[in-house]
Amino acid sequence: MPTVNLNRKEVENLIGKKLSLEELKEKITSLGTDLDEITDEEIIVEIFPNRPDLLSEAGLARSLAQLIEHKLGLKRYKTEKSDYKIIIEDSVKQVRPYTVCAVVKNLNLNEARIKEIIQLQEKLHITYGRNRKKVAIGIYPLEKIKFPIRFLAKSPNEIKFQPLDSNNEISANEILEKHSTGKEYGHLLKDAKVYPLFIDANNNILSMPPIINSEKVGRVAEKTKDVFVECSGFDLKVLKKCLNIIVCALADLNGIIYENELTYGNKKEITPNLEPEEMRININYANKILGLDLKENDVKKLLEKMGYGYKDKKVLIPAYRADILHEIDLVEDIAIAYGYDKFTETIPNIATIAKEDKYYEFKEKIIDILIGLNLIEVRNYNLTNKNNLYNKMNLNEQETVSLANSLSQGYDALRSWIIPNLLEILSKNKHNEYPQNIFEIGNIFKKGNSETGVIEQERLAIAVCHNKADFTQIKQILDSLFSSLDLKYDIKEIEHNSFISGRAGRVSLNGKNIAYIGEIHPSVLENWNLEVPVSALELNLTDLFGIIYPK
Amino acid sequence: MAYVKKVNIKGQDYWYLFHTIRQSNKFLKKSRYLGKELPKNLEEIKQEFLNELHAPKEKSEKEKLIESLTPSERKVFPILKEENELSKIAEISRLQQIEVLRALGWLEAKNLIKINKEEKEIINLDKNGLIYLKKGFPEKQFLKLLPNNLENLRKHLNQDEINVSIGKLKRLNAINFKKEITVTDEGNKLLREKSKEELFLKKLPLELLKLNKEDKLIYNELGSRKEIIKTDVKKTIYAGLTDLGKELINHKLKTNLIESLNQEMLLKKSWKNKTFRRFNIQSEIPRIYPGRRHFVNEAINYIRKIWLELGFKEMTGNLVQTSFWNFDALFVPQDHPAREMQDTFFINGKGKLPNSEIVKRVKAVHENGWTTGSSGWNYKWSEEEAKKLVLRTHTTVLSARTIAALRKEELPAKFFSVGKIFRNEAIDWAHLFELHQIEGIIIDESVNFKNLLGYLREYYNKLGIDKVKFRPSYYPYTEMSVDCIAYIPERNKWIELGGAGMFRPEVVKPLLGINVPVLAFGQGLERGILEYYKITDIRELYKNDLKQLREMRLWMK
Repeated sequence: MPTVNLNRKEVENLIGKKLSLEELKEKITSLGTDLDEITDEEIIVEIFPNRPDLLSEAGLARSLAQLIEHKLGLKRYKTEKSDYKIIIEDSVKQVRPYTVCAVVKNLNLNEARIKEIIQLQEKLHITYGRNRKKVAIGIYPLEKIKFPIRFLAKSPNEIKFQPLDSNNEISANEILEKHSTGKEYGHLLKDAKVYPLFIDANNNILSMPPIINSEKVGRVAEKTKDVFVECSGFDLKVLKKCLNIIVCALADLNGIIYENELTYGNKKEITPNLEPEEMRININYANKILGLDLKENDVKKLLEKMGYGYKDKKVLIPAYRADILHEIDLVEDIAIAYGYDKFTETIPNIATIAKEDKYYEFKEKIIDILIGLNLIEVRNYNLTNKNNLYNKMNLNEQETVSLANSLSQGYDALRSWIIPNLLEILSKNKHNEYPQNIFEIGNIFKKGNSETGVIEQERLAIAVCHNKADFTQIKQILDSLFSSLDLKYDIKEIEHNSFISGRAGRVSLNGKNIAYIGEIHPSVLENWNLEVPVSALELNLTDLFGIIYPK
Repeated sequence: MAYVKKVNIKGQDYWYLFHTIRQSNKFLKKSRYLGKELPKNLEEIKQEFLNELHAPKEKSEKEKLIESLTPSERKVFPILKEENELSKIAEISRLQQIEVLRALGWLEAKNLIKINKEEKEIINLDKNGLIYLKKGFPEKQFLKLLPNNLENLRKHLNQDEINVSIGKLKRLNAINFKKEITVTDEGNKLLREKSKEELFLKKLPLELLKLNKEDKLIYNELGSRKEIIKTDVKKTIYAGLTDLGKELINHKLKTNLIESLNQEMLLKKSWKNKTFRRFNIQSEIPRIYPGRRHFVNEAINYIRKIWLELGFKEMTGNLVQTSFWNFDALFVPQDHPAREMQDTFFINGKGKLPNSEIVKRVKAVHENGWTTGSSGWNYKWSEEEAKKLVLRTHTTVLSARTIAALRKEELPAKFFSVGKIFRNEAIDWAHLFELHQIEGIIIDESVNFKNLLGYLREYYNKLGIDKVKFRPSYYPYTEMSVDCIAYIPERNKWIELGGAGMFRPEVVKPLLGINVPVLAFGQGLERGILEYYKITDIRELYKNDLKQLREMRLWMK
């Protein structure tokens, strides 16, 4: 979730009504944002990703003013007609097919406001724009641009201009290789044969989206009064929303919005379009979902508190709202305006029968016996690494379910057995009292035929560790467990490199292998820096459950 | 039975209580004066009177003390009348010094004695000293060999001894150097008498502090010579009787106390008419440890019980899931940040999608909202993206699968699970990559948002958390979306414990076929139990330190 640092004075001015600190805190939280902190200068707040329209001082102030009923209801934004024309050439189709544009005039900018606008642009990039992949936003000083503007794509070799924060003209390739912004976002143009450009009627390059603006015509300064705004990307609907969010925020800073005419081949389009969309609301549906008994007037008022208009069962959705997919989204805003703390919390009168998972119940019975045998339960992560699973156990590496991406070192594979985890625990507990007799019940993972290509099993692993730990003791544990379950088992001698030869066995029930058991080989103990004998067993609980409770 | 009787003394009536008791083979009549009038609370007094008479006779403190002496204490204590030094006591008692020491420790703990330790420096014979005591000092041997020449003398004495002898004998004018070395008159005198040094060696061992002036000089001189004497520190332990000890020292100590009861005694009834030695029941004992559940599992089982009590069925499922179930079925768009590499563990390989009808619906709901009335996310949904494998990022995946398998006739229905989830995080004091989530859904045409908050409140109350607030939140698959925050008094802070909401129609309808209200919650486990276990670093939950696991307090909420 993006965190924005908003200028508190500016927000308070834009609300147009003084709120106490407590009120401000409460209202910001009840709007459905996560307030971090309010200082004298700043409001630091996390904005949920469904509300990109709140990512600016203007946007937050607008919603707060509506919520406190200072400026109730739909805020209408006007657009002025104009001759500003943008021509979208076919060459962009293969790299970044769409753009939508607007001009905003009469801005009264200063250092703080430029900061606000840049923050809005950056946060929109990160969230709604998915790090510029989905939407890239450009804002330019209008006075340096001659219309019509062309949106076109050229081979990188033909592109050369002075990007922001650079002293001279450099080529497109140099921008991607050397410029800090180019290096950060260059991957978005990877494999592209042509790069998109905005070029004005003087043949000046405005920018190379989604990377960077030009220093000469693409830098907004304090004296800038009028700006040209464009959003480029792959989905017209998304781009239009994004443009609306920006121009509405600029309009709240006294801006006057001018339409632009876009030409896509022989199709023309006018942007921005700030007319509210309409959606029907069924008041009975809202009441049923919320468990309330709201009248039409209540619903109207609550919607208006959230910035909507309401007329004849129809809701007018402001053009900057990007999150209204379904009537249920309106219901949620009604609930937010109503106040989550005002709902009477009740348990419904519906009868259902509880049922514990049968396997879980079975597992608990096994654990009862193990506790009675004085074993201590441990809990490990499922994530581990191949060195622990195989090398340290004197085994050859086997096919293992492994992670494609792990941030934590030493945790890049899913465990295929549990005994290595137990030895790791014992090696970390050498300072503690012996005997150390431990067990764990947990998952193991193998490749196999299933929906995911991974077979998961629950296993029980037990390790006994003290000066006299031997095969007899671990077999006694196995024996008492199976005799409690009233099961007869067989043990067959096996060779297993992790165990001492002649002291390792495979346990089976009715011919089905179910466990292995043995004394851990001293060279394995050495690998784990253990100087106390260990004997261990690992039992397939999933299969054991299947044997006891056949489907 | 106690009875009341009026006694007439000098014309006055007085009321008395009487009762007869049997002591060994005698009968005794006990009485208590009540007053001139019968008291109102007569029954109470009667009871009290009987209780007093029948109460076992309290033994005196001294008697108890004597009976509590261990066998070795009983051996050692009487010796202290005559002797107070450890080695001597050991000699007399025929116990090992270590046993005596232990017994003295116990006696001291019972305030019968006070142990004093003394350190003495004792002068003893060293290697050469032992030899010289037998053979005489080298200077004496030297004198005996005279007259003689140096060459010959070297056959009998080493160079050091010759040097010392010559130096010393010259100083005493005991020898003459000419062609050969001869003895003077002084020397002859020395030969006849025992030297001071010889006499000193004979007296050893001596205590350094008690040497007289003359001996001190000899001690210093011999000390500078090679390995004749050595000084050892000797620790001596004395036991002094305390006042209480002096009082009890002449008491006769019982010798036939029973130390431990055993089968033989019971069979032979030999315990009868004997006294058991009194134990100090307050003394420290070596601790033992039981087999134990892992404490996190104790908390998990408690939470499972809460949901079972509320009528929920338990859900379980795999940890490895396709993105389809983990994300797509929950209406999480395919370009959502949660589906990127930095948040989620992906597993190499691809999985299979479920029956094509559900896939078709989910695809449609993402692209255009299908028949749910939603606009959908407006993008081209990819099957390949949905086949990617992940370690489940939430147990909400179990809810999705449960709803998909549910038939309309089975409603109303409630399900819960407590299971592991995974987040691709670097591990630190506040973050783990494996955590638990408490998941639940309630599905019925009649349920609403108020009920969701009702269940959450009930759950937190049962967990012992009474200050809980709900505030708006956002999840792609719920609308309303709720965050539950709880006040933790120990930290004087509100912390976030989990999310909840009502599943969007875009989630429910493709899976169930119809749109029915579904209340859903996914609460974190770990953050909510740290306070109880007094843990501040979340990694401590799974560090598997056996001391911690053995000693951790039980989950008692």
